[in-house]
Amino acid sequence: MPDVNMSVELAGVTLKNPVVVASGTFGFGREYSRFYDLGELGGICAKGLTLHPRTGNPAPRIAETPMGILNSVGLENPGVDAFIREELPFLRQFDTKVIANISGNTPEEYGIMCEKLSAAGVDMIEVNISCPNVKAGGLAYGTRPELAAEVTEEAKKHASGVPVMVKLSPNVTDITEIARAVEGAGADALSLINTIRGMRIDVNTRRPVLKMNTGGLSGPAVLPVAVRMVWEVSQAVSLPILGMGGVSRGEDGAQLMLAGASAVAVGTALFADPFAPLRVRDGLAGIAAKQGLAAVSELTGGVRPW
Amino acid sequence: MKVERKCKVIAREWLTRDAMSMTLDVGDMVRTSDVRPGQFVHIKCGEGLLLRRPVSVCEWTGSETGDTLTIVFEVKGEGTGWLSRRPVGHTVDVLGLLGNGFDAEGGPYLLVGGGIGVPPMLGCAGASGGTSTAILGFRSKDKAILLDRFAEDCADCLVATDDGSLGYHGFVDALVRQELEKKHHYQAVLACGPKPMLKSVAKVAAGFDVPCQVSMEERMGCGVGACLVCAAPMRDGTVKHVCKDGPVFNAKEVDWDA
Repeated sequence: MPDVNMSVELAGVTLKNPVVVASGTFGFGREYSRFYDLGELGGICAKGLTLHPRTGNPAPRIAETPMGILNSVGLENPGVDAFIREELPFLRQFDTKVIANISGNTPEEYGIMCEKLSAAGVDMIEVNISCPNVKAGGLAYGTRPELAAEVTEEAKKHASGVPVMVKLSPNVTDITEIARAVEGAGADALSLINTIRGMRIDVNTRRPVLKMNTGGLSGPAVLPVAVRMVWEVSQAVSLPILGMGGVSRGEDGAQLMLAGASAVAVGTALFADPFAPLRVRDGLAGIAAKQGLAAVSELTGGVRPW
Repeated sequence: MKVERKCKVIAREWLTRDAMSMTLDVGDMVRTSDVRPGQFVHIKCGEGLLLRRPVSVCEWTGSETGDTLTIVFEVKGEGTGWLSRRPVGHTVDVLGLLGNGFDAEGGPYLLVGGGIGVPPMLGCAGASGGTSTAILGFRSKDKAILLDRFAEDCADCLVATDDGSLGYHGFVDALVRQELEKKHHYQAVLACGPKPMLKSVAKVAAGFDVPCQVSMEERMGCGVGACLVCAAPMRDGTVKHVCKDGPVFNAKEVDWDA
């Protein structure tokens, strides 16, 4: 390993390396702990939580598309209390940052969850205002600046100083408008992008492959969209950014960092390769070393636009 | 326990025009796992595809010189097409063994397989020491696979085809009913196949008060229980996941009307 300082700062939290796993792709860590020490990761965004347990949407919930996948899981989760009781102690065993991800039906629900999670002790709270797969809350909050701001304020008020990172939806006309609203409401960081709404149809049965008809697109197909949006948002606000969307190699992560991200999340790539986050980390280290950087964080915002 | 490995293809054979049997050298996978019929491996099918393909284990051997695993899969699309073109000597990236298999010790069992759900039942036949009866359903005679193997490993083997081109003309559940009416010594019905078949077989078994285990199929993502896409609704209102909680479930727990 070349001698590059791999640690980065995200909203005052020091990650040992810039690679986090994306919410919804890593469960609560148990499954992938069979493959490697979770302490190798910069952080873990845990599966999205709601105030009450949810069973999610009917299957099929996944479809493969050209260089992407569509999912429509619909926030299946055991609820915030069960997470705190049964999953958080497990995650806490590892030398990595634990980021809880929450979705609410009302701003008050976001507040209640922030209160519970900050009391239980998580390193950061990722506020999901962008899930395309649930009817209430979710995406509705992420597409209207005033609602996004209201949810952010409520979360901040109840997070007792635990940094609040707001996860933005790409399913908007102007993502910088939402980013500014969320910054104005006191967010500590932004994560982007969530999945892009999509659809796949089986031409023989004429049925959509997903039982919900539509779902969220992720994977390499969305990387250029993510890079563009991180670049736009990083110019519009001064908040640190966790960049994500189709990262499967170090070069993908480096693109997001050059566009302005302080750290990157790996998600869909895990399904083909459980070791993908570690390969992204090593790839980033290699790129930083090759470019003669002392620290990987020097990549952040380093793009030289024409 | 090692979960991901590169496995060499050591034998391959077309069983029909689109079903292939492939035997892999899996290192010490069998010896280091509590292997059971009905478990699966999750195979990376080339660089371009983002999802692995889950394939049930058909047979296995364990020995100091290297364990082997035989899988039988149907070529349905790009991924399975890629896999079917791997020559002997090439390696494939395999996650496994994954999932919970059938409880097939002892016996005799009534083994019911439909289509590409037939191969895992061969492992059950082996595990139950030749005492079980197999009822195998196919669309037509040219889709029938592994019949000689089941004849060897089972006390009896009955075949049904949808078009009547081989054996009984009709669905397997009619044969399951006949068999359970005639014989009362079966410890359980073990079944793998399309969901409508599993539903009707489970119903017949329940009618005779015989326990029934079913291997369910659902579109999968990670294969290890993290991404939660392969949802299987249960009668108690909960959702389980085919890859981690299954693929084999007690038929009584499954919500067949979901």
